[in-house]
Amino acid sequence: MTCSEFLALLDELIDNEVTSETRALLNEHLRGCDHCEVTLSTTRKTIEIYRSHEVYELPNPVRERLHAAIMAKCKHGC
Amino acid sequence: MATIEQVAENEQHPDVALVASAREGNVRAFEELVSKYDRQIFRIAQHITQNREDAQDVVQDAFLKAYEKLDQFQGNSKFYTWLVRIAVNESLMRLRKRRTGKMVSIDDDIETEEGSVPRDLADWSPNPEQNYSQSELAEILRKTIQGLPQGFRVVFVLRDVEGLSTEETAETLGLSIPAVKSRLLRARLQLRERLSRYFRMKKAGEK
Repeated sequence: MTCSEFLALLDELIDNEVTSETRALLNEHLRGCDHCEVTLSTTRKTIEIYRSHEVYELPNPVRERLHAAIMAKCKHGC
Repeated sequence: MATIEQVAENEQHPDVALVASAREGNVRAFEELVSKYDRQIFRIAQHITQNREDAQDVVQDAFLKAYEKLDQFQGNSKFYTWLVRIAVNESLMRLRKRRTGKMVSIDDDIETEEGSVPRDLADWSPNPEQNYSQSELAEILRKTIQGLPQGFRVVFVLRDVEGLSTEETAETLGLSIPAVKSRLLRARLQLRERLSRYFRMKKAGEK
């Protein structure tokens, strides 16, 4: 397996959507390729870091104001 | 943040009852739906519009539109996915207004070839986020994702941050499944490449 073949299956590997045969091939490639190993681990980390950190927060006072505005309109039939 | 609960197929999603109740005029049921999803809708809107006021307006408009159209909501998709679709459209409309009528679609800036092949191949420090304060890290993450082309950013946000499936992302954005997959791969690789500037393991002597 070449690095570009590995890369083409990177998402499937990360999202656990590969068959066990493909996974074995991918793992075999990883054992001999530091570059792809780093690409895999840092891409996983990229996703994890975006999932676990709030990039845009909705502050509570704004949230309450928005709720009040939405619900006021809903009660009057929008 | 993956906030969509995985519900077994034979089990009813809790939103189904809330939607049914809201349809019958129970405003409280709708309020529950607002509380449940407002943060996600705000994040999605902010990622698309890149503007705080616009994102707040989108939250309000998207929920009001959903309430108005509740009768048209088909039970064959999830309420959340349906709501996200409304919010994406509202966000694009806001963008269009800001750009004084210029057509805006999620396909803007998509031609870039950058990031298809990883270039920065240095490994990252074990817990790179620990080298930054919460606010520094949030700033890095914001700056990095803002630099992605819109069409990649929105796919990454829906699929990886908000936890929609590939199929739901495709449906929400009106894209084919292969298009979502190819954008997701490029989005992930481009983000990785850009974050690498901050998180790569420093060599001895590097500041």
